[in-house]
Amino acid sequence: MTRLIVGLGTCGIAAGAEETFRSLAAKLAGRPGLEVGRTGCIGMCYQEPLVEVRNADGARYLYGRVTPDRVDRVLDEHVGQGRPVDEWLVWTDRGGGSDQAFLDRQRRIVLRNCGVIDPESIDEYLAAGGYQALEKVLAGIEPDALIATIIESGLRGRGGAGFPTGVKWRYAREAPGDRKFIVCNADEGDPGAFMDRSVLESDPHSVLEGMILAGYAVGADHGYVYVRAEYPKAIERLTIAIRQAEERGFLGASILGSRHSFHVRLKEGAGAFVCGEETALIASIEGKRGMPRVRPPFPAVKGLWGAPTSINNVETLANVPWIVLHGASAFSALGTEKSKGTKVFAMAGRVRHGGLVEVPMGITIREIVHDICGGIRDGRKFKAVQMGGPSGGCISSELEATLIDYESITRTGAIMGSGGLVVMDDTTCMVDVARFFLEFTQRESCGKCTFCRIGTKRMLEILTRITEGEGKEDDLPLLEELADRVRQSSLCGLGQTAPNPVLTTLKYFRSEYEAHIANRKCPAHHCQKLLTYTITDDCSGCMLCLKACPAHAISGERKKVHVIDQARCTVCGECYRVCNLGAIRRE
Amino acid sequence: MRQHRRYDLRNHHYEGEEGALIPLLQRAQQEDGYLRRERLVAIHRRTGIPLAHIYGVATFYAQFRLKPVGKHLLRVCHGTACHVSGAVELSQAIEKHLGAAAGETTADGQYSIETVSCLGCCSLAPVMMIDQDTYGNLSPSNAIKVLKKRQKEERP
Ligand SMILES: Cc1cc2nc3c(=O)[nH]c(=O)nc-3n(C[C@H](O)[C@H](O)[C@H](O)COP(=O)(O)O)c2cc1C
Ligand code: FES
Repeated sequence: MTRLIVGLGTCGIAAGAEETFRSLAAKLAGRPGLEVGRTGCIGMCYQEPLVEVRNADGARYLYGRVTPDRVDRVLDEHVGQGRPVDEWLVWTDRGGGSDQAFLDRQRRIVLRNCGVIDPESIDEYLAAGGYQALEKVLAGIEPDALIATIIESGLRGRGGAGFPTGVKWRYAREAPGDRKFIVCNADEGDPGAFMDRSVLESDPHSVLEGMILAGYAVGADHGYVYVRAEYPKAIERLTIAIRQAEERGFLGASILGSRHSFHVRLKEGAGAFVCGEETALIASIEGKRGMPRVRPPFPAVKGLWGAPTSINNVETLANVPWIVLHGASAFSALGTEKSKGTKVFAMAGRVRHGGLVEVPMGITIREIVHDICGGIRDGRKFKAVQMGGPSGGCISSELEATLIDYESITRTGAIMGSGGLVVMDDTTCMVDVARFFLEFTQRESCGKCTFCRIGTKRMLEILTRITEGEGKEDDLPLLEELADRVRQSSLCGLGQTAPNPVLTTLKYFRSEYEAHIANRKCPAHHCQKLLTYTITDDCSGCMLCLKACPAHAISGERKKVHVIDQARCTVCGECYRVCNLGAIRRE
Repeated sequence: MRQHRRYDLRNHHYEGEEGALIPLLQRAQQEDGYLRRERLVAIHRRTGIPLAHIYGVATFYAQFRLKPVGKHLLRVCHGTACHVSGAVELSQAIEKHLGAAAGETTADGQYSIETVSCLGCCSLAPVMMIDQDTYGNLSPSNAIKVLKKRQKEERP
């Protein structure tokens, strides 16, 4: 049987993969020995829609940008004549393809099944070794031994803070209480991160299996998955997976005939970033406003409905079955002294090959950006990476030799975070990036702590002023002072880390701030209020910009130099983008 | 109060269960498009949760709307990846074209514009979504083209 498997994650669907799927299904209907299949996210978002041809002998060939018009040629040449279409081949397990390095340099544990199996088929998960870890544990590993294995593996929480998972489980296990809970944190609030969504969409059973194991370890028989409402596909596939696992006896009362029971329910978030914070998340599940509270007591002791609760991130849980099956030492063999295993990153921004990558801890930022993801788009200059979202910071490209490891990243002023990695080039204004994140945290602050509520607002005002050319000389020391206060006087991580984007950009890109303030110029040519567009004599009068201008601010006749009416110009830059002659001056 | 009841999947039964308020509001909004006052009062009568508490929850979460929305929902992504790839210019062009700002609805009631943080397809940045359709790799001018095309098709 030769199978043609279409990647149907959110990215794929946005790029038109459903049409490709329908076209393939129509063409293969009634052809014996051929089958269309579905899978989740392979990670090569920049090549979507992706179609894998899995030959009868198991050889795998992955084709990129397979829009419906490319389907026929793949069918004729590869399937019909047995000749792979080299032009569109991005990867094959026989060695080759244009983007071989992207997949071959990764180490996939969390993503082991992503883009390989059908996320809506429990049978494919089982065939890939699924639920074997659960069977192994139920067949004779005591909860304490399971916890010891996880501690020994060195697994640390992937939701951002990096707390050792096994230790958290032990606290919850030892906490008194006849009711205990496992909560899977799938709120994924970092704007620009999509690891957890991809895992839930592509391999929901591995997260469920991780949760069941966590429940066994802690002594909890109920679990919640708290998912962002913005992830409809993840919710749909998780719902299917829960039903399937219940039907097969992996979930429910006395799992696989054992004394252990576990029930899982879904809770949809309602759009509040702060609900990713564990105590706010608990308040939200309880039906309240999602406001954090003081810790201790930690949720492991007093969590949901006051009962001991272990809150674990999606990626953390997806690691667990693998560790149980392959052993703690196989996991701890990867990585650095204090950061074991792998980390999944959502690569986005100005990088050529954006998508999902999983790498062993301890490799460098440079290896991820250049070797795996192909460097910067459009031949531009690498400037910085942003890690950790609104709680993290910008790491200058000068530090590209920094290791991916909790402690090394923290030393730069950023944080490992949950895995959003946004790459920035010389067109990105760092002051604007800081302003962007402050705007986010200011909006998302729940308002409980004064400094987080008002301090971030004042910081945002200063940053906005600077990007609009109204900066004052003493703005930078004032920013630093406010940053320090906000950090010290906030209750939860949101406020404590909100100044990080400002502090890191000030640390590595202070001269950019100074240029905005002293010269009223934006070195990256980004801040609109500091820009003007004019047309030079190189203009051939082709009228392209005139037609493209959404503000109708450009006038001129064919073959004559055009002019921009500065009063109507909205500084959107569309003319600059469409001009083929470089006749638009931006300064 | 602290008793834990089972969630009845088939009947979507949340009533009386702890933590039921947010799912109840979500369902009300799904049916009406926004949270009507009468619905909130009805929820209060049925569950006994104080109306002030219901209002507090409804205004805390970005998902809930207390005003009706247009026929179509246009969401422009302002996540990090989209921001560094030109989301601001994209929004400006769209708002100008439709004559309504983010958070507003066009005068003809056709489009409501919202800005959101990350639609989860960052590698296609900048991205916008109209109802269930996602459009990626946009520039201000081709976003307007998409809009014009849809507006033409929608006109009777
Ligand atoms: C403002 C804020 C937002 C957070 N958002 C998330 C999130 O989206 N996903 C997540 O897993 N953890 C998030 N966390 C971290 C959680 O509080 C918690 O530490 C984590 O879910 C624990 O799981 P782990 O040990 O597996 O990482 C956030 C923390 C803060 C302070
Ligand atoms: S930042 Fe726009 S889709 Fe993620």
